[in-house]
Amino acid sequence: MDLSLIIMQLLSGIALGAVLVITALGLTIVFGMLGVVNFAHGALFMIGAYAGLYLASLTGSFWWGLLLAPILIGAFGMLIEFVLIRRLYGRSIDDPLLLTFGLSYVLVEGVRIVFGSDGIPFPTPPQLIGVLDLGIGFFPRYRLFVIALVAVVLLALWLALEKTRVGLIVRAGARDPTIMQVLGVDIGRVWLAIFGLGVGLAALGGVLAGPMRSVNPEMGSLVLAEAFVVTVIGGLGSIVGAVVAGLMVGISISLVALFAPEMATIVMFALMAVVLLIRPQGLFGVRGRTA
Amino acid sequence: MPKSGSTSKITRRTALAGLSAGAALLAMPRLGRAADETIRIGFPTPLTGPFAAEARDQVKCAELAVKLVNDKGGIGGRKVELLVRDDKLNAGEAATRTLELIEKDKVHAVVGALSSAVQLAVNEVTRARGVIYVSISQSDTINEAKDFSKYTFHEALNPHMTTAAVARQTLKKGMKVAHLVADYAYGHEMLRGFKRAQAAIGADNVGEILHPFGAADYSTFMPRLMSMRPDVLCISNFGRDQANAIKQAVDFGVKQQMKIVVPVILHNQRLAVGPDVFEGVVGGANYYWGLETQSKSAAAFNAAFKAANGGAIPTDYGAYGYSGVGSLLAAMQAAGGTDTDKVVDALEKLQYDLTKGPQHYRKCDHQSVQSVLVLESKKKSAMAGDNDLFAILANDTGSDDMLRSCSELGHAT
Repeated sequence: MDLSLIIMQLLSGIALGAVLVITALGLTIVFGMLGVVNFAHGALFMIGAYAGLYLASLTGSFWWGLLLAPILIGAFGMLIEFVLIRRLYGRSIDDPLLLTFGLSYVLVEGVRIVFGSDGIPFPTPPQLIGVLDLGIGFFPRYRLFVIALVAVVLLALWLALEKTRVGLIVRAGARDPTIMQVLGVDIGRVWLAIFGLGVGLAALGGVLAGPMRSVNPEMGSLVLAEAFVVTVIGGLGSIVGAVVAGLMVGISISLVALFAPEMATIVMFALMAVVLLIRPQGLFGVRGRTA
Repeated sequence: MPKSGSTSKITRRTALAGLSAGAALLAMPRLGRAADETIRIGFPTPLTGPFAAEARDQVKCAELAVKLVNDKGGIGGRKVELLVRDDKLNAGEAATRTLELIEKDKVHAVVGALSSAVQLAVNEVTRARGVIYVSISQSDTINEAKDFSKYTFHEALNPHMTTAAVARQTLKKGMKVAHLVADYAYGHEMLRGFKRAQAAIGADNVGEILHPFGAADYSTFMPRLMSMRPDVLCISNFGRDQANAIKQAVDFGVKQQMKIVVPVILHNQRLAVGPDVFEGVVGGANYYWGLETQSKSAAAFNAAFKAANGGAIPTDYGAYGYSGVGSLLAAMQAAGGTDTDKVVDALEKLQYDLTKGPQHYRKCDHQSVQSVLVLESKKKSAMAGDNDLFAILANDTGSDDMLRSCSELGHAT
C-alpha cells in the first residue's frame, strides 16, 4: 500500500467529513443554545438540496442556489421557530423532539408531493467539473471546493461568535438567558436567529451534497443519523466538538474503507461507542450539562 | 378493506346460509358476491425506500395487465383485482404482508417483490402455504433446489443471464476487471456471475470492493479502485446505489481510465442522474421501450401503457410487473380458474410473448427463458428525445443455454 493512496484516501475522508461538519454544526448549535434536539434537521438538509437545485435552475447558476438556498431555508427555519418551536421552550426536552420528528415527516411528504419520489439530477457546476492533478493522483475539483468552502464558513462563524457583539450576546444567552433578559436583551430574538442559523447550515450542507449524491426526498434521513453521531462524539452543543468529530468520522470511514470496505458505515457507530465509554459527555462536551 | 367490513360480510353470509342457494345469491349484496368471484393477486413491492421508483413502475404495469384482462371480461367471467402492499424493502415486513395477503385477503396467487433478499422471504411464506408466487426480482438462488417449490416461478432475469450477456459485450481476453459490489444477495450473485463469465472469457480479476448496502457516499472506495488500474469497472448494485456509485465514480475521473459496466442498467437511475454521467455505461436489461422497432409485442405493450398512463413510456422493472402478472393471468385463463395445481400446470406449459418476444418457464426450476438486452447509455447529443436513453447493443434470444443447468441447480434431471 503506497503513501499516495493513503493521502488520497485521507483527502476523500476530509471531503466527506466537511459535509458532516457543516450539517452537525447546525444541529449542535441549536441544541447547545436552545436545548432543542432538532429531528427535522435531516429533512431541512434535504429541503436545502431541493431549494438549491430549484434556485440554480431558476437563475441558471449553481452559485445563486448555493448563496440563496441557505438564506431562504434559514428564513423558513425562523418561521418554524416562531410558529412552532417557541411554544415549547421551558417544557421537557421530549416535546420539541417529537414536534420536529413529526415536522420531518411533513416536510419529506411535502417534497414527495411536489417533486415526486424519484431522484432529480443535480449537475456539478461547470467550473468545478472534472479532476485536479495533485501530483500523487487525481481528485474531484468539486470536493476540493467543498473542503475550502466549509473551512471559510467555519472561520466566519468562529469570528462572528468570538469577535462580535452579537456573538457575545449569543454565547451569554446560551449560558444564562435570565440574566440576559435582566440586562435588556430580547432573548427571544436571539433564539430566533440561532434557530435560523442552524437550519441555514443544514440547507447549506444539502446544497453542497447535491452535486455529489442524487437529490431525493429520503436523502436527509441517513444524514440525520450521521449528524447525530458526530454531535454525540464531539459533545452535544460543542461547536469545536462538531468540527473535530466530523472530520474524525469522515477520515475513519475513509481509512476503514481502504482496509475493510464492508465495515465503512459501521465504524462511525463503533467510534461513538468507544467515545461514550471513555468520555460519556463526548470529546468536548461539558459533564452534567442540562438541556 | 377495513376489518369490520369483512366480518360483517361473513356474518351476513352465515345468516343467509339457511336460505336456499338461489335466494341467497340474489339477496347477497353486490360487494359480497363480487368478493366471491373476484380473482385476487397479492403484490408486495417496496413502495418506500431506495427502490421506490422501480416499485411504482411495477405497480403501474401490473395494474395494466389486470386492466387489460378485465376489459376483455376477466377470467371465466371473474374480475381480477390487484392487492398492492408496501414491503418497505424489508424481508420481515414482506413476509408479514404476504402472510396477511394469503390468510386475510385470501389471494389466489402472489406476484412481486423487488429486492432479491425480500423475494426469498416472500417465497418462504408462499411455499409453506402452497400459494403460487411469481417472483419479478433478480435472483440466482430462488430457482435452486433448496429454495424451490412447485409453486415458485421466476419471471425476472437472473444474475447469471445478465452478467454473461454484459460480459460478452464488454470483456475480452486479458482485460483487467475490478468490481464494486453491494454487500448483500444481489451484489454477491452479480459478482459471482461476472467472475464466472470473465473466467470463461479469460479476463483477469484485479480486485473487488464490497460496499455497505444503501451507502450515500462512495468516494472512499474510489482511490483504491483507481489504484487497481483496471480496464473495466463492474458496479454491481441496485436502485439509488447505482446512481450514486456511478455519479461519484465519474466525479473521480474513473471513466477516463476505464469503462464502467453494470449488470443491470436502470432506466430510472439514468433519469435521476442525467445523460452526462451515464454516457457510455453498458448494462443488461430485461426491457427497453426502444425495442418497439424490433418487436411487435414491445410496440403493443408500449402503446397500451401510454394509453393508460398519459403518454408515459414503460420502464425495465415496470415491464416485469406486466409480464409477471400477465403470464400468471394467461395461465389462469388456460387453467379455467384459480385451482393452484391446474394453474401450476398451465404455467409450466405456457408459451407467452407479452413485452419482447417468446418466453416460457423452464420445467425443472420454473425460470423464465427469455431474451437478454445489452444497452449502452447514449451521449446527450445523440439523444433523439427525452426518452431516448439507450442504444441496444445486443438482444440475445432466450435459450436454455444461457441458464445454469438443472442438475447444477440441484434438481433431479
